[in-house]
Order: sequence, then structure tokens, then C-alpha cells
Amino acid sequence: MALPTAPRSDPAAAVAPLLQVEGVTLQYKTADHRVTATYRVSFDVHRADRFVLLGPSGCGKSTLLKAVGGYLAATEGEIRLKGNRITRPGPDRMMVFQEFDQLLPWKTVIQNVMFPLRVARGMSDAQARERAKVYIDKVKLTKFTDSYPHTLSGGMKQRVAIARGMAMEPDILLMDEPFAALDALTRRKMQEELLQLWDDTRFTLMFVTHSIEEAIIVGNRILVLSPHPGQVRAELNSVPVSDAVAARNLADRISFLLFGDEKKGVSHG
Amino acid sequence: MADLPANASGKLVPPLRPELERTPIDASKLGEIQRTLSMGDKIWGNEAVRKFSIVIVLLACWQGYAMYKSDPLVIPTAIESHQALFRDIISGEVLVYTWYSIQLLLTGYAIGATLAAILSIAATFTRVGRDILETLTAMFSPLPAIALVPLAMIWFGLGKEALIFVLIHSVLWPVALNMHGGFRSVSPTLRMVGANYGMNPLSYVIKILFPAAFPSVLTGLKIGWAFAWRTLIAAELVFGVASGGGGLGWYIYQAKNTFETPTVFAGLLMVIVIGLAIENLIFRTIEVRTVRKWGMQN
Repeated sequence: MALPTAPRSDPAAAVAPLLQVEGVTLQYKTADHRVTATYRVSFDVHRADRFVLLGPSGCGKSTLLKAVGGYLAATEGEIRLKGNRITRPGPDRMMVFQEFDQLLPWKTVIQNVMFPLRVARGMSDAQARERAKVYIDKVKLTKFTDSYPHTLSGGMKQRVAIARGMAMEPDILLMDEPFAALDALTRRKMQEELLQLWDDTRFTLMFVTHSIEEAIIVGNRILVLSPHPGQVRAELNSVPVSDAVAARNLADRISFLLFGDEKKGVSHG
Repeated sequence: MADLPANASGKLVPPLRPELERTPIDASKLGEIQRTLSMGDKIWGNEAVRKFSIVIVLLACWQGYAMYKSDPLVIPTAIESHQALFRDIISGEVLVYTWYSIQLLLTGYAIGATLAAILSIAATFTRVGRDILETLTAMFSPLPAIALVPLAMIWFGLGKEALIFVLIHSVLWPVALNMHGGFRSVSPTLRMVGANYGMNPLSYVIKILFPAAFPSVLTGLKIGWAFAWRTLIAAELVFGVASGGGGLGWYIYQAKNTFETPTVFAGLLMVIVIGLAIENLIFRTIEVRTVRKWGMQN
């Protein structure tokens, strides 16, 4: 499979994409090194996509998501949202992080969801409250509306963060391994709930994960990145998980894309 | 079939057991699950009760020793000292002195804490600000406030200004040190969350940084308060001599001059009572309503 580095003329992409990532190289500095996290990565995200960035640790997928979030600038290439170059963080791209401490501990669940609506959207208290309630209902936390975050479980905290992101109705919702710190049972439930939410409102989602299984469940389109530095290995369409055989085959294919060469190397050696 | 401890190749295998499934019984039928503690356990479990008993024991020791010595000029009994305190509270004399001290304290405290906030915010956003703060705290933090009293007298004379100057010095550095530490330890995730909302720097400081660092800020304010209160009483003892007026420190000094030892003790008791009241009523209340309620401190 050829690796597209130049802008592509894909017939399927006749509709203008929502987010365009073009030849993006990302570097960050450590104490004595300049590390290249991704090298000339290009892809498009369309409206209502559930676009997954998948790769082993060290492939720069989180760094890439943070660049889309506007937290760091590309050394090469360009990221555009609705045609506008991304230069800084903004409420049109809401982030959901992996860490449970992303909620403001001094605010209750509803206050956490209301806060960005008030400060970034300039809504009145009543408007924000009304909108927040809708989304808290959606993530099934109605009973915990007035609880403080420290009284919630990890899964509930992540649901609040998702409600907070969705309530802003951003152009794109960015999720950085949001379920990675949860136990397996909760994670599975959260994945189902996320898909249910997507089915209700059809938001655009960009989702980072290192789990092939999660990528297939959550995504409709999967960008597979190779490690050190991250480069596009493949861009695949996902399959419904209900089709167990297709899902199994896709998982094997991704596995081969990521680790195939390595395995061969081992068997020869 | 009997379970064999080992398979054919001699390796240990776990025994094969039948599976089972059960339905849990309703909890209400299980009998007692939780029991209320006995009255004695409850009382002794209360921290305030335990600490208050310690105070009672100390007072009893004091009373006993003073009665045994029976030299009221050197060590009056606990009862005499408390009588002197109540006498001056009822006459209002000690209250006037106390109010004078507290007014000064609040002024110095407010100015000191504000300056500390400005320095810490500057230190959080700029490298120069951080260098300034770190250098200044390193230089002035070890300098006892009381050592500045002579200089304060030269600069500001014998008025309130000199005392306020000394108070600011005693509050500023510990508060700035803790605030800055608190700001720096705010998690990167929370910072990114704040940045995500596109807030301006001022509203970011007030709405994210300050509350997120509140446990450290509160610790700084508590330490600053303790420093300020001690410094103030000590400085008043020195100042009182010169200016012939002032607060609780001066009250103690006067009583010493007229050998009213019970009144000296009454003054000291007042200093302790105010200290305890601020710590346990004001700071404790703030703590319970903020950092503990938010689960940021246990």
C-alpha cells in the first residue's frame, strides 16, 4: 500500500473534509534531544467520522491529537479545521483526556459541565444549566448532578468529561485514550455508551488508542501509525463488531501491519 | 473418581471440583450489619473532646503548682489569671487592646497576601518573575521580622506604619513561597483543560489556577497568619515602650511594669485564645468548606 504524503485527490472525498492534516511533522524537545514524534502524516477527517488514531506507544498518536487540539505547533505541514489553520487551543475542539483529574475538583458534576459553556460560549447561567442537564442525562449521571468529582468512580468521571465535551457541541471531539485507565468491564460498557451517544447526535470524533480491539469497536475509519517516528502505515475502514469474522480478520490485518515484519524477523532469526 | 495431586508426568494439578451458583439473600434478612457506637466510644472518638481534656489537665497542673509555690508575684494560680482576664474582658480594657492588634494584623496581612499573590502570578507566567520571587524569598525568608523593627522605626517612626511594614514582611514570604509552589504543582491536564476553553490569562488565574492550587494557598495563608500574629505581639512589646500605646503586646508590657503578674498571664492567655480561635474557627471552617469538601485534602 502506497503511503500518501502529498495532498490526495480521493474521489470519495468530494465533500470538503472537516479536518485536514497535511504532511505534519511534529517535534518536541527533551532536556538534551529534539525528538521527532510524527513524520509527514496526512489524513482527512469528515463530519460524523469516528476517526481512530491507532499505534503502539511511541508512534506519536497522542502528540498528533494534541497538535489538532492546538497545544503544539507543527514543525512542518499544516492542520486545518474547516479550512482555517489551527494555531492555538480553542473550544471548537474539546479534549477528553485519559487522566481522571481533568475535572475541576472544586466544582460539582453540573458545574463542571456548565463551566466551559459559561466561560467559552458566554451562555447565561440558566441556558448553561439547561444544556448541561441534557448532556448529563445522556451520559446517565442524572443522579449525580450535584456530586463532587472525588465521590465518583473513574468511569463516572470520564462520563462527566465526555458530557462536558459534548455539551459544548464542538466541531470535533478529541479523545486521548479516555478509557485506558478503566477496568476492562467498565471500558467495554463505556465503548458501547460512546457509540450510542454518537448514534444519537452524530458528532465528529477523533479517538486515540493503542488497542486494536478498541479501534475496531469505536472507529469507522482507522489510521494505523508506525512507531519512532509515527508515519502513516494504513488508513482502513472498520467493520461492525457484530460481524465477528470480519472483525477478527481486520484485527489480524492491523496486527500484521503493525508487527508483521517483526514477527517474520523473529521466525527467521 | 478420586482427584489426583499430580498428573502422569508428575506435575502438580489442582483438583477438579463441581461448579456452583447461588442467589444472594436479601440484606435485610441477614440481621445486624451496622451498629451504632456506644456513648463512651462516641465521646472519646471526638477530637475536640480529647484535646479539651488535655487542656483541663494542663490547667490543673498549673493550678496545683502555683498553689504549692504560693508566690503570686512570680506565678499566680490559673484561677487568679483567669479572673484577671475576665475582669479586663468585662471592663473592656483587654478587648480594646486586642481590637487594636487585630486591626493592625488584618491590614498587614491583607497587603502581604496581595503582594504575595502578585509575585506568585508573575512568577508563574514569566521566567524573570520566577527568578525574582525565588531570589527574594531565598534572601528574606530566613530574616526574622522582628529584626526589621529597628529599621522600621527609623523609616516610619513610631506609628502604625512601622508595625504594618514588619507585618507585611512576616506574611509576604511564606505565603508567596506556598502559593508559587501550589501554582507550579497544578497538573498539566488541568492546565490543558483551562487552555482548551480559550480563557484570557486573568480569568485563567482566577478560575483555574487559584482554586486548583487552593490547598497550598491555604497552607501558606495559615503559616503567614501564625508568623504575623507572633511578630505583631513581639513587635508591640518593643514599640509600646517607645510610643506609649498599642495592642496586646503593650497590655502585657504595662502589666509587667506594675508587677500585676496575673494580668501578664491574662494577656498571654488572650494571645493564645485569639490564636486558637483564628486557627480553629476561621481556617478550619474555610478548610471544611473548600479543600475537604472538594476531596483535595483529607
